[in-house]
Amino acid sequence: MANNTKIMVENLIFYYGNDKALEDVSMLIQENKITALIGPSGCGKSTFLRVLNRMNDLIPGTKLKGKVLIDGYDIYSNTTDVVELRKKVGMVFQKSNPFPKSIFDNVAYGPRAHGIRDKARLTNIVEESLEKAAIWDEVKDKLKQSAMELSGGQQQRLCIARALAINPEIILMDEPASALDPISTAKIEELIRVLKEKYTIVIVTHNMQQAARVSDYTGFFLLGELIEFSDTNKIFTSPQDSRTEDYITGRFG
Amino acid sequence: MISRKGKDLLIQNLFLFFASISILVLFLIMAFLFKEGLPIIEVVSPLRFLFGKSWYPTYEPPEFGILPLIMGSVAVTLGAITIAIPLGVATAIYLSEVANLRVKELLKPVIELLAGVPSVVYGFFGLVVVAPWIQDLFDLPTGLTALTASIMLGIMASPTVISISEDALSSVPISYREASLALGTTKWHTAISVTVPAALSGICTACILGMARAIEETMTVLMVAGGAAIIPTTLLQPVRPMTANIIAEMGEAVHGSEHFHALFAIAVVLFFITLALNLLADYISHRFKETGSATL
Amino acid sequence: MKRQQIYQQVAFGGLRLSTLTIISVLGLIIWFLGKEGVSALSWEFLTQAPRNGMTEGGIFPALVGTLCLTLGAIIFALPLGVFAAIYLTEYAKQGRLVRIIRLGINNLAGVPSVVFGLFGLAMFVEYLNFGPSILAGSLTLGILILPTIIRASEEALLAIPQTFREASLALGASKWHTIYKAVLPPAIPGILTGTILGIGRAAGETAPIIFTAACFYTARLPHSIFDQVMALPFHLYVLATEGTHFEKTLPLQYGTALVLLGLVLGINLIAVIIRTRLRRKIRW
Repeated sequence: MANNTKIMVENLIFYYGNDKALEDVSMLIQENKITALIGPSGCGKSTFLRVLNRMNDLIPGTKLKGKVLIDGYDIYSNTTDVVELRKKVGMVFQKSNPFPKSIFDNVAYGPRAHGIRDKARLTNIVEESLEKAAIWDEVKDKLKQSAMELSGGQQQRLCIARALAINPEIILMDEPASALDPISTAKIEELIRVLKEKYTIVIVTHNMQQAARVSDYTGFFLLGELIEFSDTNKIFTSPQDSRTEDYITGRFG
Repeated sequence: MISRKGKDLLIQNLFLFFASISILVLFLIMAFLFKEGLPIIEVVSPLRFLFGKSWYPTYEPPEFGILPLIMGSVAVTLGAITIAIPLGVATAIYLSEVANLRVKELLKPVIELLAGVPSVVYGFFGLVVVAPWIQDLFDLPTGLTALTASIMLGIMASPTVISISEDALSSVPISYREASLALGTTKWHTAISVTVPAALSGICTACILGMARAIEETMTVLMVAGGAAIIPTTLLQPVRPMTANIIAEMGEAVHGSEHFHALFAIAVVLFFITLALNLLADYISHRFKETGSATL
Repeated sequence: MKRQQIYQQVAFGGLRLSTLTIISVLGLIIWFLGKEGVSALSWEFLTQAPRNGMTEGGIFPALVGTLCLTLGAIIFALPLGVFAAIYLTEYAKQGRLVRIIRLGINNLAGVPSVVFGLFGLAMFVEYLNFGPSILAGSLTLGILILPTIIRASEEALLAIPQTFREASLALGASKWHTIYKAVLPPAIPGILTGTILGIGRAAGETAPIIFTAACFYTARLPHSIFDQVMALPFHLYVLATEGTHFEKTLPLQYGTALVLLGLVLGINLIAVIIRTRLRRKIRW
């Protein structure tokens, strides 16, 4: 199992100003698996996710202790290039956030930013990414249309396609389906299961059924602590910690 | 004794009246400008007035061509926005995208503060500091030139450009920036390819209002532009913008004379130029709001 | 990718330089006027009338004149502006009428100050026959700062949470009572900010008062609102552009410029401080 570890988090402590948001979290995230993070609102699961691509850097006054290694490299060392890191670790946000540009330009945004100018190559990448995100058939005739005209579910899959277009190895998803209707949610979940063949996926959700349906491993956070982390099956059938059991059976949160 | 409902309605209508006063005043301004300005067309045709190349209001016979005055305004305004737009927009981007919170919270009030410096103070500074400096630098007979006025107006218009551009940039949703940065782009790339385009209409509004600020400025140009009613060929010549001309001559124009009417007619022209700029700015920012962020 | 980082460094350098340029130019103006003007300042300068054809003495009548004009402008513009803002935020339904009123306010804010001056001349001085006077000048300045006050008041009223209104209305209070007792009091600091900014603007304007209120020289203090007065900005303009004694009155000019600048910046600083505090304060 240790051979396939993609992300290793050791004794992570995280502060917003003086408020401790994460308390001594350690976790091994496996390659080509789906890891779900669950817990009540404000438990630190989204903060943890944003630690993995250093998105928290954008918030002033944050502080981090402990180690986060991806492929054995410390992503918080002084020599880490944040931009390179984020190319490798893609992210899909809770609220779909396409740019106010055309569908094509949205997907091509990342590759262009990384220096790909060749039109044919861009077209290829865009088509491939949209196909992987299972939205190609719906948009192939209107690539020049504004992305803002798509439905919510389509926008979210477009954002997934945009993340795929830079060819990441890891995809972080922050409640990617929380704002969507059940049909769109089903589509996204289906898509996530397909994507794990090529990518390592970490998904934050407060929908336990969703975690149970899509993930291989599940971590339960409470008040900034990682209470329990193991096989999804095990967590949902025989949780070791009573707090996990309380949450899963709906006694709080 | 009127009912409570009646009283509330009465109060509402009273407030409506007060709210309408702005419009009323705007119409009154137009009415009085026209009343005093229109009689000039009995002396000179509107086209000759606008495009006549000589302004000799007190000659016998007088000539009322305001083209030199218009060109004077155009020259100093173009000069001013050449300075104010690049500097102002760059500063706005710095404040909104680069500067940390502490620097931003310090500089924003400073810039708001500087927007309030009286124009006569800028004019005085231009007169005693900038003009002699320009005169020495270019070895001119006088330092009071279109360039001097442009520099002062550029400085004066910058706070307008900065404030409005910065507001536009700051109101771009943070999610756009996050999406771009999460794709592994630099802050600069994100600013240029996402944030600035998304705020473009606001930035355009800022530039137009900055331009309006320059074209309507009076005391500064009166003091440092030199005051020669000629069509300038270079920025190193003295000019007499419309605003300066009105102030400079109104004191000596006999009330009710042709000259007096001509000065009001210049004010009419000025009023419509700034009205057009303000409507344009309003249109751009409003259009953007209505179509949302769907177009870019 | 390294190249991207280099672009970023260069670009950020450019942005920093622009910011630095603007701030330092403006800082230079203040520093220069401060340095040159401070030696002219004295108690006598502030409390005496000009003497010897305005080549000696102080600026007292100009200070008093500016005070009168500014006060008059506020007395006129404050109630009008606040009432207009109350209508726009509390009564008006969003629609064509409000859109037109707002357009009117925006365009009024964009009218050149010299045009206000001519309007004041044509309407107040001549048509209403006030003559060049404190009254005519105050009304002209009042109209000039009306949009500033309306906008600030509107912003302040909009920041009051809806729950305040609902709570009052639910107790059976009338609409006017709700506005007067529940909405207006917490909005006062915001309205005050706009008012102070308006005062700063009115105190610094020259073009609107040249033909409506300001006179070249008077040692006499005003006795009624129909008197002409000296005013600081106009006094500075007169001294600086009057060719014959330019060199001789230079210290007076620096002193006047510094007093005017200090007055206006001081007024604006108060407004900016109140506003920054308001923005920082956690809202209800």
